[in-house]
Amino acid sequence: MPGEPRQPRTPPARVSSGLFSLTASVGSRQFITIAVLVFFVLGLAWWLVTKAGWVTPLFLPPPEKVLARLQELAVSGKLLDDMLISIYRISLGFLISTAFALPIGILIGSYRAWEAMIEPLVDFIRYMPVVAFVPLTILWTGTGDAQKFLIIFIGTFFQQVLLVMDNVKSVPRDFINLGRTLQMPESRILARIILPSAMPGIWDSMRISLGWAWTWLVVAELVAATSGLGYRITTAQRFFQTDTIFGYLLLLGVLGLATDQAMKWGSRKLFRYLRQSR
Amino acid sequence: MNAPKLVISNLAKTFRGDRGDVVALSGVDLTLGENEFVSLVGTSGCGKSTLLSIVAGLESHDAGTVTIEGKPIGGPGLDRGVVFQSYTLLPWLTTLGNVEFALLAAGKSRKEARDIARSHLSLVGLDGFADAFPSELSGGMKQRVAIARALSYRPNMLLMDEPFGALDALTRHHMQELLARIWEQHRLTVLFVTHDVEEAVYMSDRVAVMSNRPGRIKRIIDIDLPRPRTYEMMGSLEFTKLQREVLAEIRAESIAIAALGDALA
Repeated sequence: MPGEPRQPRTPPARVSSGLFSLTASVGSRQFITIAVLVFFVLGLAWWLVTKAGWVTPLFLPPPEKVLARLQELAVSGKLLDDMLISIYRISLGFLISTAFALPIGILIGSYRAWEAMIEPLVDFIRYMPVVAFVPLTILWTGTGDAQKFLIIFIGTFFQQVLLVMDNVKSVPRDFINLGRTLQMPESRILARIILPSAMPGIWDSMRISLGWAWTWLVVAELVAATSGLGYRITTAQRFFQTDTIFGYLLLLGVLGLATDQAMKWGSRKLFRYLRQSR
Repeated sequence: MNAPKLVISNLAKTFRGDRGDVVALSGVDLTLGENEFVSLVGTSGCGKSTLLSIVAGLESHDAGTVTIEGKPIGGPGLDRGVVFQSYTLLPWLTTLGNVEFALLAAGKSRKEARDIARSHLSLVGLDGFADAFPSELSGGMKQRVAIARALSYRPNMLLMDEPFGALDALTRHHMQELLARIWEQHRLTVLFVTHDVEEAVYMSDRVAVMSNRPGRIKRIIDIDLPRPRTYEMMGSLEFTKLQREVLAEIRAESIAIAALGDALA
């Protein structure tokens, strides 16, 4: 009809389409669904592969057999014993390492002269393979818990120090200048400005290094131990009990995932102020 | 000019680096009277922020003197409040907590700090945001908190380093009006670094134009506009004339630095 404005026929412009475009937002429920789905699909694939008989059960036992074995170990109480002793070792080992790494990392992150004294040395030791320390640590401390703590320490401390140093270095220079213009003494600037400012980063570094600590614990337990998750894996290997090995690997994965999620949850609670709500 | 408050004379500063030395400032002379608002303008890299840092006591200098009320400065001090371009609000403290932080550092009791902080938040119009965290504030709000913080412990001089440089044009105008109003009611000596010529003319009693590196004060232009300054003044003939005058001084420097001499001749 003449005189009537013509409606544009083009559809409204869409910038991003679908989940798999850059910067697409994924809600937390969607996120969890996707994550769970991946686990489910991999589990299903595992089950199918063993069901079809494509692999020797000794190399890859079927999931139901692994779960049955885990249940058997759980009922006998062995599973809990192994888990508790390993958790005890990693907790104490990680705490000792962190207790040293925090002050030293903060020191070398704040003072260039201390950095010159300590950083190159830490870097030097950091590149020595931790596994090579295993025979030495046994020689030094025997095969008890002290040796586990020592291996966790060697494997974790030197990494932590550098991570903490970087966290402290990323504190904005203007924050320190603010403290100076307020005539705060250096020690107060350190305690009231640098430390709280670096804290979210340090927390994240601890979360990441905790994952490495798990690896070093199991390494130590594999080589020389009379208890713990790693020890059980070694004994299982002697009797070709691959179902036990797989079961414990799954357990280690679950424990790691759980601690990681706990640390992330802690971070959200502790550093709530960082979240933008407006 | 009132009694001299800040006297900078024959100041020089050289940055020494692995790739050679850079002479940032050379022969800087500048005097600020009591309760005078002076802006420092110049091309980027001319050393205006360095000069402000030296006056703040955050940077050392190689030659010359900086005195406040006749006494040479020795490091930073609570007599000078500093506002940085990067807001520098501590993210783990609320708006109120950030202002209190400065007051507690200045030796006030908790009770005093709380009361003074509240009154200063209301001075910058943020009464309703006392419990908000910096991550919840806009850029303009953050800078208002920083100004409240710098004023709260009653320094007798305010040093501002491009405080509105990171804000959008509209917010920047609001902030200029707010700061001008606060300053006109509670006078104090202000050294204000900016690259925005309009802002410098609008805010200041005098505008000091710096030369390219090594920076020195090239010319000082008196801004004889009446107070209180209003937003409408920006359109006046007088304002425009002063703005052009300042701009002409800087333009000569920026053409030289950009090696545009022939292209724009």
